[in-house]
Amino acid sequence: MAQVEYEGKTFEVDEDGFLLKFEDWAPEWVDYVKESEGIKEISEEHQKVLDFLQDYYKKNGIAPMVRILSKITGYKLKHIYELFPSGPGKGACKMAGLPKPTGCV
Amino acid sequence: MAKHETPLLDQLESGPWPSFVADIKQQAEVRAKNEEGIELQIPEEVCDDLLGVLELSYSDGETHWKHGGIVGVFGYGGGVIGRYCDQPEQFPGVAHFHTVRVAQPNGKYYTTEFLRNIMKIWEMRGSGLTNMHGSTGDIVFLGTTTPQLEEIFYELTHDVEVDLGGSGSNLRTPASCLGKSRCEYACYDTQAACYDLTMEYQDELHRPAFPYKFKFKFDGCPNGCVAAMARSDFSVVGIWRDEIRIDQEAVAAYVGGEFAPNAGAHSGRDWGKFDIQKEVVDLCPGKCIKYEDGKLSINDKECMHCMHCINTMPRALMIGNDRGASILCGAKAPILDGPQLSSLLVPFIKVEEPFDELKELIENIWDWWMEEGKNRERLGETMRRMGFQKLLEVTGIEADARHVQEPRHNPYIFWKADEVEGSWDRDINEYRKRHQR
Repeated sequence: MAQVEYEGKTFEVDEDGFLLKFEDWAPEWVDYVKESEGIKEISEEHQKVLDFLQDYYKKNGIAPMVRILSKITGYKLKHIYELFPSGPGKGACKMAGLPKPTGCV
Repeated sequence: MAKHETPLLDQLESGPWPSFVADIKQQAEVRAKNEEGIELQIPEEVCDDLLGVLELSYSDGETHWKHGGIVGVFGYGGGVIGRYCDQPEQFPGVAHFHTVRVAQPNGKYYTTEFLRNIMKIWEMRGSGLTNMHGSTGDIVFLGTTTPQLEEIFYELTHDVEVDLGGSGSNLRTPASCLGKSRCEYACYDTQAACYDLTMEYQDELHRPAFPYKFKFKFDGCPNGCVAAMARSDFSVVGIWRDEIRIDQEAVAAYVGGEFAPNAGAHSGRDWGKFDIQKEVVDLCPGKCIKYEDGKLSINDKECMHCMHCINTMPRALMIGNDRGASILCGAKAPILDGPQLSSLLVPFIKVEEPFDELKELIENIWDWWMEEGKNRERLGETMRRMGFQKLLEVTGIEADARHVQEPRHNPYIFWKADEVEGSWDRDINEYRKRHQR
């Protein structure tokens, strides 16, 4: 597996650029990933989505369903795609450090 | 000279059926020679390495693709199936081997110009290998690298004006039988309905917002040439509700042997002279056909629309003139709680542009399922968990004998509080006045 060095931090990632370990997440990770996910600046709205994903994951051990993400943040799916162009799975979950989505994708 | 030895795969080049091994070898050669001077954007040896990794799987009996893969294009949450080889050093040509789903035209009619244009993109930016088509209907581009995904997407949309198909927990690419384009059984325009609904629900197709996947399929009649009732959560199956049209002269021609039964489908074997009594009348599941004094008659009130008589004598028997479709819901493969075929929800609905009735029904189902469906629960499973009655409620459909094959045989019947006189609030002390402890 590949290792990423960024601003003095080391991150272990898979081919798709997802963190292998949630515990490795650090604010620098977001900064490192954002460009490859088509994001220029992290706004408060971005942060709100990332914070919620992390809280939910810590509490429940899984990523929330899209519907729950929308309900809690108050952002419609369309707006989530405006914030994270590759979507809540590949975009937001990756930046939040959650494990790679699985199943029949 | 091939890059890898493939003794096991080589055996699949013999025999009469078109050999996928011979075809992939040919494509490997085309890429190696590159007579057109294409600027190949992924490794030239991708086809050789695919054969190499497949040969390895043939010899050790195990797959050599890593688990999962999350790649895609900006703006969409699906459409590309990421895949990585678990022996990238040995087979660098397929270290990345992503699949791109491309939206297909309904009925899969093509011009060579269109096919040449998409292959021009794919030969340069992918392996040149395809699957025509995936089971859901998509054109499948097999094998490319991550950096090529946006390039392919740009060229597909800008140069060929074609979009990606669906993947993930969303509306997957809808498909239809070829319908009215070349079938006299088609009860509605399956291709038009399929196209219209695909365009209407592009958002639902490209950006996963559902508890799980959801599929539409459109069959023109109960023959089910696109298998809607087995392979779609929302199955639209053409039907008529008036009389089967009978051409008695043509019936006589079948009886007289001028027309071959089933349009000659059984001509490969001698089944004897056509016997209308034995092959049509006696096989009718509704037992509603008579053939007397050289005249065929049908009691349409008892007809189950099974298609058998029409299939057997297509030149003599024709679908009715009052046409539409039945809607059936919930088909799915076994995981998790067992396989399901779709269950009849709407016995008859008109299917005409702009398809508003159909859309209203779909959206009512989605509103319910998106709210109540559990994570990775297909509609068919939600129906089982919450009850068919609930589906009727959310779609505003009144229960009808046609909704069941047979009534329930257990007595665990729920009543709503307001259907029961006095409701559920009872005082035990009132009861005790009449019944001592």
